[in-house]
Amino acid sequence: MLEVRNVRKAFDGFQAVGGVTLGVARGQIAAIIGPNGAGKTTFFNLVTGHLRPDAGVVILNGRDITGLAPHDVCRLGMGRSFQRTNIFPRLTVFENVQAAFISHRGRGLSFFARVEGLYRDETYAVLESVGLQDKAGEVSGFLSHGNQKQLELGIALASEPELLLLDEPTAGMSATETRETIRLIERITRDRGLTLLFTEHDMEVVFSIAQRISVLHQGRLIAEGAPAEVRSDPEVRRVYLGERAR
Amino acid sequence: MIERLARVPWGPLVMVAAFFVPALGSRFYTFVATDVVIMGLFAVSLNLLIGYTGLVSFGHAAYFGIGAYTTGILMKKLGVPFVLAFPAAGLGAGLAALVFGFFCVRLTKIYFAMLTLAFAQIVWAICFKWNDVTGGEQGMPEIPYPALDWMQRLPFFGDFRASDHFYLVTVVLVALCFWVLRRIVGSPFGRLLTTIRENPERAEFIGVSVRRYELIAFVIAGIFAGLAGGLFGIFNRGVFPDFAYWTKSSEVLIMTLLGGMGSFWGPAVGALVLLVLNQQITSYTEYWPFVLGTVLIVILFAFPGGIVGALAAGVTRLRMRHA
Repeated sequence: MLEVRNVRKAFDGFQAVGGVTLGVARGQIAAIIGPNGAGKTTFFNLVTGHLRPDAGVVILNGRDITGLAPHDVCRLGMGRSFQRTNIFPRLTVFENVQAAFISHRGRGLSFFARVEGLYRDETYAVLESVGLQDKAGEVSGFLSHGNQKQLELGIALASEPELLLLDEPTAGMSATETRETIRLIERITRDRGLTLLFTEHDMEVVFSIAQRISVLHQGRLIAEGAPAEVRSDPEVRRVYLGERAR
Repeated sequence: MIERLARVPWGPLVMVAAFFVPALGSRFYTFVATDVVIMGLFAVSLNLLIGYTGLVSFGHAAYFGIGAYTTGILMKKLGVPFVLAFPAAGLGAGLAALVFGFFCVRLTKIYFAMLTLAFAQIVWAICFKWNDVTGGEQGMPEIPYPALDWMQRLPFFGDFRASDHFYLVTVVLVALCFWVLRRIVGSPFGRLLTTIRENPERAEFIGVSVRRYELIAFVIAGIFAGLAGGLFGIFNRGVFPDFAYWTKSSEVLIMTLLGGMGSFWGPAVGALVLLVLNQQITSYTEYWPFVLGTVLIVILFAFPGGIVGALAAGVTRLRMRHA
């Protein structure tokens, strides 16, 4: 589904991502973990076209997407959420998701159609699956942090992606919210047959749902494999688990 | 009560009322009304950029000026009838907006604003110096009125002056423009423009090609500013370089802020209030800029949503109290 070969990115001489190779198979739930500053978000930005890699290739569904603009990458079936909540704050919850449908289904350049009822059913279906159907009319900027994260997921789903990239989907959430969100993500991924790649720093979250885990440290992959393997990897224990235990 | 007021079709009602301004019989009222209607269109066109797309243009007068010169030159020098010269204003301004906008949308925020200003000053300089075509510093006086003899045969409206007849035509044309703009704002395209205003980074990742949408919005805004300019040149009985000068850009920006950029009609209300205030206050005192400055400060601090924003907030509060 997604294949990343040897991508690198440096900022002013600082090697943020230094030659990472990673593959995600169709239908897989994969996670990237690593301490803060390990390069997780930069890696995501390289995959989604927000940054252009200095070297390396990104392949989505057999197609080279290296250096494409984000809106093109999005159209090719990749949905994304952001670490810092990223919604359209002065639009209503309904309008947030509806806009993603309009764009994804190529209706953005109709200048005279009426927008109100457009993709109403589809939008409500998405809102229902992320649990926001009761808040459809609310201005999204006033929602709680947890609700905004749910909405972000809804916006990503409205682009009808095959591959979903979530950047720390539970960032800033309480333990209960985290558990609920993870259950939600897992269910949506299964129901829609999505492929999921997410970053996370909460270990518990990762080990509970990921089938494959890659550990990023100082811009390089130091371990990769099933949760059990990664957990017992001495290098991982030293740089990451050890660090957190201290 | 408030619900019922909200359901009144204000747009058509105001238009019908506007039709009877000449019946008041005052040349002055017709003059002010024409000014308000045209500037209202100019301000609403700017708000497509500011209020809907989140792009602040400091050079919107460029397209107003280009429209005015296009219609003026066609009608005065080439004898082209108004039915062709008027749409040509939109065409000319739209083409200019396409070329300038191509560069402007590559920049963001203050850099975008400064580049729009720079292009507008170039347009002004061309108008100011190109004597053979634009009349240079002296401008181009005596733009003829469109041939509206047929209106003399209309019942009721037939006896009005030529300036009244031109006013009626202006009302109809501007109302049409408003209708088109309103449809655009309420379309799927309009919705995606608001996503750009709210969060361009996220808009990119729902698949919106931000620059392309910005450019289209820029061109549409330019077209309607040009149409407003075309009408204004005739109304003003002459086209002058200061139509494209930065003070004109700031005037329309002030109207937009004053009326409120959060609503479709806000900028038009702003045009009405600013022009009427200007007329009234200058007859009492020579310190109009001082009054204007004070009004603006109050608006910016107390009512950031402008006049219409403040009214809407008041209505919401009343409704809550009744509920």
